[in-house]
Amino acid sequence: MKKEDLPQDPSALVGVTRDVCYVKDKDGKYTTDLSIGWDVKKQALDNAWEDINERIAEAAIKVKNGEISPIYYFMEKKLMDLPLLAGYTGFWQWTIKRHFKPEVFKGLSESRLQKYAKAFDVSVDELKNFNG
Amino acid sequence: MDKSLSYNHIQTAHCENGVATGLLRHHGLEFMTEPLMFGLGSGIFYIHIPFLMVNGGPAISYRSMPGWIFSRSSKLLGVKVNRKKFNSEKEAYDYLNKQIQLGNPVGCQVGVYNLPYFPAEYRFHFNAHNLVVYGKENGLYLVSDPVMETVTTLTEEDMLKVRFAKGPLAPKGHVYYPEDVKQVSKEQLQKAIYKAINRTAFEMIHIPGPIAGVDGINYTARQIRKWRDKLGPRKAGLYLGQIVRMQEEIGTGGGGFRFLYAAFLEQAADITGNQKLISLSDEFTKAGDLWRASAINMGRIFKGRLNEQKDFLECADMLDNIAAIERAAFKELRKIKV
Repeated sequence: MKKEDLPQDPSALVGVTRDVCYVKDKDGKYTTDLSIGWDVKKQALDNAWEDINERIAEAAIKVKNGEISPIYYFMEKKLMDLPLLAGYTGFWQWTIKRHFKPEVFKGLSESRLQKYAKAFDVSVDELKNFNG
Repeated sequence: MDKSLSYNHIQTAHCENGVATGLLRHHGLEFMTEPLMFGLGSGIFYIHIPFLMVNGGPAISYRSMPGWIFSRSSKLLGVKVNRKKFNSEKEAYDYLNKQIQLGNPVGCQVGVYNLPYFPAEYRFHFNAHNLVVYGKENGLYLVSDPVMETVTTLTEEDMLKVRFAKGPLAPKGHVYYPEDVKQVSKEQLQKAIYKAINRTAFEMIHIPGPIAGVDGINYTARQIRKWRDKLGPRKAGLYLGQIVRMQEEIGTGGGGFRFLYAAFLEQAADITGNQKLISLSDEFTKAGDLWRASAINMGRIFKGRLNEQKDFLECADMLDNIAAIERAAFKELRKIKV
């Protein structure tokens, strides 16, 4: 890629940092230049977020309908999956899956809720009272 | 405990290169550059891990395992890297403070999800980010993060959070720094370059199995041909988006690290005087340009402009073409001798 071809399309980097890219200068030698973004990768990232936000919205509806517990919602909201949430809470994955059931969730002890709340960086009240 | 160590912040494309380059320069190896670090560490790679999902998409990497770049380059240069991981947050905290007290800037492995200065859109649960801690003032760590244009800071609380992020590649407070760094002679550096090139080429061509090295690129191409039927157009488009992100996002230098490797070969030609490396550098520039073209092509699909099976087939064909070019280039690199 030639230096003059380096895309400068505003992206999420603006105001935070710029991306170091390796480009060829006029003499055909490698040099670095800074880019504020490229619309191809911006679109890829935007799509990924759109997908994530849809999953979060679906999770909220399921909680509202009483199909699943708030733990599932917050797991999606914090971009986690089962192995990751297991890592943060110390629970087994199958234990967490059980806690996805609203009736099991209702009976969870304060100390277990505390572990989830810490993992999600919310208060126990927020976790308990989330209803979609 | 206030202490600010003299450490020159450098901004690089890739965080591990940046930390390793910065620390080696700090210890007197002034000649070190990001491309040289990347090449000596055999950073260029390709792997597509089947059945593993990352953020709901295919697990593809254009680079070698996190941590390997510094380990391998150091070994070639006769530098020892001291690494420590911790089970206890308290120990990890004390150890970092002690290194600052000793006047030793250190590399830290961190997760980016809780890194406050990162753009929100980039804060995924990715645990193999690297930064340098070069001091502490008014309770704030002084941080040189190679993907940032300037130095930054982290609170004690945030530092513990990012050092003890959980999940795949959990850092466990990982701290590292080079030890007993001696000057490297020109002959030593030339030898290291040849060894690194040979190792890289060997891995890209001869690593067994269909998913890694150049073969892995063909593997991805085969998968892409199936995605639309198997996953539906929307999800298949998202998968292509994931490829583009792994390939082009911040940290790659563009073109899935291929430009970075081309820059290394150019510097390697300067240092060794081997002109063959210049023409091979051009081959990797070509590969990088084709990776970019492939990203644009995939972009037409995930932007929703194209969405036929033939468009996916075209993406796959482009990858096969790139694989052929890289295979030929790495075969030539295998033949490079002192």
